[in-house]
Amino acid sequence: MTDQTAIPPVASREPKSHAWWNAVNAWLLLLPAAVLLAAFTHYPIIATIRHSFFIARRSGGELFVGFDNYRAMFEDAIFWKALTNNFWFALGTVPTSMALALLMALWVNRNMRGRGFLRLAYFTPTVLPMIAVANIWLFFYTPDYGLLDQLRGLIGLPGWNWLGDPSTVMGCLIVMVIWKEAGFFMIFYLAALQQLSPDLEEAAAVEGAGRWYTFRRITFPLLMPTTLFVAINAVINSFKLVDHLVIMTKGGPSNASSLLLYYIYEVAFTFQDAAYAATLTVVLLVVLSTLALIKFGYLDRRIHYQ
Amino acid sequence: MKRRTHPLEAIAAWLLALVWLAPLAYAFWSAFHPAAYAASFSLSAPWTLENFVRAWNQAPFGRYYLNTILLVLMVLAGQLVLSTLAAYAFARFTFKGSGIAFALVLLQLMIMPDVLIVENYRAISALGLLDTIPAIALPYLASAFAIFLLRQTFKSIPQELVEAARVEGAGPLQILWRVYVPLARPTYVAFGLVSISYHWNNFLWPLIVTNSVGSRPLTVGLAVFGAPETGVDWSIITAATVMTMAPLLIAFLLFQRQFVQSFMRAGIR
Repeated sequence: MTDQTAIPPVASREPKSHAWWNAVNAWLLLLPAAVLLAAFTHYPIIATIRHSFFIARRSGGELFVGFDNYRAMFEDAIFWKALTNNFWFALGTVPTSMALALLMALWVNRNMRGRGFLRLAYFTPTVLPMIAVANIWLFFYTPDYGLLDQLRGLIGLPGWNWLGDPSTVMGCLIVMVIWKEAGFFMIFYLAALQQLSPDLEEAAAVEGAGRWYTFRRITFPLLMPTTLFVAINAVINSFKLVDHLVIMTKGGPSNASSLLLYYIYEVAFTFQDAAYAATLTVVLLVVLSTLALIKFGYLDRRIHYQ
Repeated sequence: MKRRTHPLEAIAAWLLALVWLAPLAYAFWSAFHPAAYAASFSLSAPWTLENFVRAWNQAPFGRYYLNTILLVLMVLAGQLVLSTLAAYAFARFTFKGSGIAFALVLLQLMIMPDVLIVENYRAISALGLLDTIPAIALPYLASAFAIFLLRQTFKSIPQELVEAARVEGAGPLQILWRVYVPLARPTYVAFGLVSISYHWNNFLWPLIVTNSVGSRPLTVGLAVFGAPETGVDWSIITAATVMTMAPLLIAFLLFQRQFVQSFMRAGIR
């Protein structure tokens, strides 16, 4: 976090006369990475924005259409559906998985028997591919034959098409993602807890403070920077998590589980409408940059050592 | 001395751990038992490797493994070389425009190649690389994240060591290779583990740019294999799922501490 200042540059033995040589060296070192970053990050961002103002002609070539693509997007019910789904998806996954993560971290940090095993159990879903996770959970949710319906059968309830019904599909996916993500967030809390001085808890214990009181008044406030950091990263992440949709629901039924990035994928590669896909991508870029600005600008300044 | 844990809390912690392992335990159960036992649990159920044999014979998983391993190694090698050079430039050289250049690098932390699929597809297709392993790797070779981590590490290396090497007549690249790289080993290990896990598991971009057995990584191969249209048995799909995640899972079980610490180190910036 601390940037040292005034480090003598490596390449310059006589700093003044060789400043240009120093710069040449530095740019040569940067060159390979810079070329690839420009080609696959900077150029695509600019091209995305540009393409959102054009449509492809049937004869080939493209036609400038101003804000027409945006107008069409604002009238596109599926776009709004995907965007609101993203909102509910974030609201459904982030707070719950973070609360679980904090609980897990508190337990694993404790002097408990078998804490190594607990940490292993909580963290394991993090290293699994989303696509494998989706395959496993797909089976839980399979109507009649799946695990969930078999459990319902035990208490005499009829089968239910969990992923095929707009009222349950989102909830099912949210539960799965919570399972996948909580262990990942746990390690950030764990790292933060290990930084806290054990004296604080001891002092609180000597003063006769209860465990809940200590947590609420001492531990939790001290973890606030971590909580905000994890929260913003988790929200950013929730806009990128779409792998599972490809094999579980394809965004359905009737777009009930579609998310913005998945809709972009569909528009670009199923409906072959690159111009509209670019327009939708612009929205995603705006969302991600806004979140990043909050993270780097506002939060970084406010949270530290309050 | 920490306070003793209440027994009820210990029970809750263990219950949660069991719930957390259950989906995975289920996948293993179903993969190692005949299809008839896929959803009925009984201690007398016979164990079998039949599901794995059939999955292996029904789809070219050997080739998928090879593709994924090549992909992961290609990405990692590229990332390590490119980001070492770039991080060195940012950490130890003063030059005009370094601030702006670094900000442009950091831009990739907020807008990752994962969301630029439309334009990157266009670029890969223009380069004539569609349906190849380099096509999957290219957008990820320059990693802002790696550059950031290494720059941080390089900046913390004591100047005296650099001076000592310079007195012995080492040039900039020799200093990088003999002083910086060895001392940054923990950062390399941490980044390496995170990168390998990420690219072993990555799915959407490889799905978009590949369409044949010759270039498909495991994750895409699994999705194609398990698609409902294919009508493959559930137990066989689970066996394929277990095959896909096994190498990473085994590595994680063996090097648990390194994994957790790497994700920690990489996550807290």
